[in-house]
Amino acid sequence: MKRDVPVPPAARAILRGDRRALARVISQIEDRDPAVAPVTRALYSHAGHPPIVGVTGPLGVGKSSLINLIVARLREGGRTVAIVAVDPSSPYSGGSVLGDRIRFDRRHDDSGVFFRSMASRGEVGGLAAATREVARVLGAAGFDVVLVETVGSGQVDIAVRDVATTSIVVVVPHLGDEVQTLKAGLFEIADIFCVNKSDLPGTELARRDLTELVGMGRNRSGWAARVVSTSTLADPPVGIDELWSAVEAHERFLDEAGRRTTEERRRLAAEIIELVREKVGRELSERLEHDRELRALLEDVVERRIDPRSAADRLERSLPRRR
Amino acid sequence: MARPRKSTPIRVLIAKPGLDGHDRGAKVVARALRDAGFEVIYAGLRQTPEEIVRAALEEDVDLIGLSILSGAHMALFPRVLTLLKKEKAGGIPVFAGGIIPDEDARRLKKAGIRAIFGPGTSLEEIVTTAQRLARSAA
Repeated sequence: MKRDVPVPPAARAILRGDRRALARVISQIEDRDPAVAPVTRALYSHAGHPPIVGVTGPLGVGKSSLINLIVARLREGGRTVAIVAVDPSSPYSGGSVLGDRIRFDRRHDDSGVFFRSMASRGEVGGLAAATREVARVLGAAGFDVVLVETVGSGQVDIAVRDVATTSIVVVVPHLGDEVQTLKAGLFEIADIFCVNKSDLPGTELARRDLTELVGMGRNRSGWAARVVSTSTLADPPVGIDELWSAVEAHERFLDEAGRRTTEERRRLAAEIIELVREKVGRELSERLEHDRELRALLEDVVERRIDPRSAADRLERSLPRRR
Repeated sequence: MARPRKSTPIRVLIAKPGLDGHDRGAKVVARALRDAGFEVIYAGLRQTPEEIVRAALEEDVDLIGLSILSGAHMALFPRVLTLLKKEKAGGIPVFAGGIIPDEDARRLKKAGIRAIFGPGTSLEEIVTTAQRLARSAA
């Protein structure tokens, strides 16, 4: 087995457009398989900078249907698109039902579209790092746009910000308290608010509410979030062009004055830290389980001879220093 | 390609080829597999064999489960198997459930469907079989 081949076959296959190789490498990334490292390393310089558009929001607001229509619009314009749909894993069984393909139109059964479901597997920070790695591999495979769908609840919302270049938060009229709870983190998350199901009464109110909220400030990069309303149910659907124009406007905004680089730098820093955290965390929990001295340390904490913080200091000091 | 599968969930595609709309069975099985720790990609109703195979490849599944109650199994199941082979993915085990007469079931098994579950099969049996099939393929 050759270990030091500059470009592993899997990476070459992905660059050639081999979908099977792409699908397998995504699985390896999901599985945190260390064997994938040479492949992602070789692909890194090929990842390009496709817009990565995050679509998030509460259950049932129509994220999948919106994505379906965005894909149709992009395909009409001749752009290729990859979709990563993230659904939660059960905290009990570790299993999940990934159902986002159901909404996916068979019109998109062409080679310009790639759809992949991912289970969150219970690690929010790690999920963001893995999703970013997947997005880069999709960029290397040549997709013009990457769409990432996540269930918007709690921390997963924040994770989408660590992945996407443009984030769309989808809501529906009369969401009431749901919007109230979302508000706290809204500025951090949303570049665009999409009030979907605009065929329902209350759309104007929801739109006004959000516009008012947006009027109160700009997010970290100085962008004032746009508010768009859509109906995926109407025939023909309403607002999709406006929604995509808003995405393009935000992408253009990023390209001005080096904002894209600033944002990317922030995400990469978070990603590197997360990868180290994952690695060191794994190493430490293994040692805590197998190392006799450290097990004794744990006993000391259980018996209240020392406190957890002091134990953590000692555990950290026990890490081998590498250079 | 060998993958460390011991600690990672089994990925299974559950799809309904054919034109009947009876998806209760497929949903119950999807849920049982989830509760047993599988990652179930649920593709839903009225999938063509082409769509099923494409989904299986994009999702890189370890296993495919087909549910059918329309009676078109003798046309659609072999088509799925043929397409998989054409894509050099004949190693992905395929199991099936629905209303499938014994005689047809025998022929389908000969054609390469690895397990066939009729009405009244316990969920436990389906889960155990799915686990065994995924393991045999890994």
